[in-house]
Amino acid sequence: MGVGNTGGTVSELIDETRKRLSSGRELFALLIVLGIAVLLLDLVRRIATGELAFGRLWRYTWNGLVDSLYIALAAIGLSMTYSILRFANFSHGDLVTTGAFSGWAVAWVVGGWGVYSVGELVLFSPTAAGPTGGELGMNVLASPVAILIGLAAAAALTVAVALAIDRLVYRRMRDAGGIPLLIASVGVALALRYLIAVFWTVESHSATASAPILEDVPPWLPFERVNLHELTLVVTAVGLIVGLHLLLQYTKLGTAMRAMADNKDLALITGIPTERVIFATWTIGAGLAGVAGYLIVLDRGQFSINIGWFLLLLIFAAVILGGIGSIYGALVGSLVIGLTINVSLVWIPADLNEIAAFTLMILILIVKPDGLLGGVETA
Amino acid sequence: MSGADPDGDPETDTADVPGDDGTDEPTAMIRPEWRSDLLLIVKVVLATYVGFFLVGVLSGAGVNATVGTIQSITYFGAIFALGALALNLHWGYTGMFNIGIAGFMAIGAYTMSIAVASPDGTPAGFGLPIPVGVVLGMVAAGIAGLVLVIPTLRVRADYFAIVTLGFSEIVRLSVQSRSLRQIGDTAYGTGGGQGIRATPVDSVVGWLFDQPIVGAVGDVLILLGEAVGIASSVLERGIYTLVLILFVIAFYVLLTRIAHSPFGRVLKAIREDELAAKSLGKRTDRAKIAAFAVGCALMGLVGTLWMGSRTHISPDHFMPLITFYVFVALIVGGAGSNTGSVLGGFVFAAVIFEGPRFVRTMVRANLGTDFPRTAYGAFAELGAGDPAALIGYVLYQQADEVRYIVLGVVLVLLMIKRPDGLLGHRKEIAAGVDLRRRGAVADGGRSAEDDGPAGTDGGADDE
Repeated sequence: MGVGNTGGTVSELIDETRKRLSSGRELFALLIVLGIAVLLLDLVRRIATGELAFGRLWRYTWNGLVDSLYIALAAIGLSMTYSILRFANFSHGDLVTTGAFSGWAVAWVVGGWGVYSVGELVLFSPTAAGPTGGELGMNVLASPVAILIGLAAAAALTVAVALAIDRLVYRRMRDAGGIPLLIASVGVALALRYLIAVFWTVESHSATASAPILEDVPPWLPFERVNLHELTLVVTAVGLIVGLHLLLQYTKLGTAMRAMADNKDLALITGIPTERVIFATWTIGAGLAGVAGYLIVLDRGQFSINIGWFLLLLIFAAVILGGIGSIYGALVGSLVIGLTINVSLVWIPADLNEIAAFTLMILILIVKPDGLLGGVETA
Repeated sequence: MSGADPDGDPETDTADVPGDDGTDEPTAMIRPEWRSDLLLIVKVVLATYVGFFLVGVLSGAGVNATVGTIQSITYFGAIFALGALALNLHWGYTGMFNIGIAGFMAIGAYTMSIAVASPDGTPAGFGLPIPVGVVLGMVAAGIAGLVLVIPTLRVRADYFAIVTLGFSEIVRLSVQSRSLRQIGDTAYGTGGGQGIRATPVDSVVGWLFDQPIVGAVGDVLILLGEAVGIASSVLERGIYTLVLILFVIAFYVLLTRIAHSPFGRVLKAIREDELAAKSLGKRTDRAKIAAFAVGCALMGLVGTLWMGSRTHISPDHFMPLITFYVFVALIVGGAGSNTGSVLGGFVFAAVIFEGPRFVRTMVRANLGTDFPRTAYGAFAELGAGDPAALIGYVLYQQADEVRYIVLGVVLVLLMIKRPDGLLGHRKEIAAGVDLRRRGAVADGGRSAEDDGPAGTDGGADDE
């Protein structure tokens, strides 16, 4: 009897394992974990054998952290609209574009006021006679005021555009399902992007002067030199993220937003003013997206109207990884995506790194649709 | 093709349909309304032609430019109708929100190009005959669809949208990637950013003219055309458009037959309520997989047909924008109706795709081409009291951007005002019988006289 019993439990165990594996998800998850383990071991081997210099790995990791910061700024807004308005907003990437163009246009006007005509400045020198970013001294040391005003303008103008779009489009469809809203957001994305293109053309622009580099770095920092534009990006982004955290946790508005993301109907019953929360959602989400676009341009210099659209899938990847609706999840997801697109360069060529991120996103959607943090909603 | 033969589905379950045994009397079964639908399509097409012709001639754009526009409309109308029909199987019938159409088109077109391109080119092809290439393209796209759909069967609709969009971007970035330009040490590959240049001999039109009967007819047509004064290139394009129209008809018949088969009713039931369909014992997973693979194969075919008229394909031809073209075409017509898909494709091509270009032609004919090249110049001249400069800048220099803006605005307006599209009210229900006539069936045909008009509506087109 005892023997039979043991046999029974073993075969039960095998049966259960087989059933779990055949359901597909566990098998997929197992494969992913195995894959990551193999990659990590390979990373250790490469460093141990000297095939991969440690400095290079650190550079990839640092670039990953920087990328993850601007992805995070954009992802927070997407995650908020997803959880509060309940649809995948495909026009969010173009809010990033709006921030980049509007913010830098204002920065140029401030920087070149009185010397060049406003039209030339707003449109980033459409003719060859106009100034370049370098001639205007568009770096954080030469014209900090212009860049700061531009940053504020990027946030304010993007918020204005987002609120106008909400008034024109999304407010009329509050009760429509997620898919009609998604389709409408695709339409908004196209219209917004090419409205920008009518003014600024589809060509790429260069808005900034070359970034000032700080050479004498304190020895305890793991850098030999500091790119001040990159530093500005990091400081601004971290500051905004901390500020958002405080807002969500310690203000009435934050509580209302978290409540509404968690359970809309319950929030309505408790008397939370829906439209005001939606207003706050667009303000915060679009503001952060606009700042993200502005900071990306500060870091990279070059940009075109596709800057936000190309970023959109990475943002979605980050939001999905973290679990849609969870702002802290979006931060974690951004970190994973930022590191993935950079550290994956150890193994694959540079033009395949986004493929790695998208594949990761699809796998997570299949295996853990609730995201890495397991569906913690805005907590 | 992947064993997804809808007509051979063992779930065929027509025995309980009332009136199915008596074939002569008008039955309660919903039948496709071939004749009225065909008439509707012809009416819309003719009205569009006449409208464009009148506007073109009256506005002074010239007969030649107008005829060129009408030909473009027909060509792109056929392409978008094909895409919308394929998408209708996914979104209209099964409710699978696929926005990775460009990716499946790319797989079809690239597979065909690699199979067909000459072995001496860079990257090299296999030099296979064109029909083999087309079939390979279809099969490859269908297999890609299978691989994608099986693990993603249970994800939510909005997640599925993101997965498919991600997939199409993965395909595009892959073929664009330098590392796949030439795979390994072989001469084969995707050509990276440059794409694949098939020699003109390999293009479909050229191949068509080499065929015994079609070629002879084509030669006669070209001789005739030259006698009247139409360039042979225009005629070749016309003949290719004709081929596309034949494909539209084939797609339409195939998809309408699928839609009215028991398999098609399972698909519609999944769209309405997957859980209910499953509870009724339908194998919804299998139906979804089959429908998705068939739709993807058709999208691959559309990709090969679209790119078949060119001698060169590159990753830039498969931007996600293509997906949204097809989507808008389907939504304009109304998802869930094959007739709507064809009409939507045509109307989309005429109004949104070719419309801004046509306006550009009219502006050129009336206001010339001397417009500022930048918004700065346009506003400067506006300030100097010349509004024509701004109009010309927007409508002439920025015609493509205007097209995308119109595309977006139309999408938004449709979603707000008419989410069902032009023909959306005809969305076919999942039932095999017309539920409005339930009384007639239940009462043994007692009220058949009362339902006279409905009866003739449904039965008049039966053969």
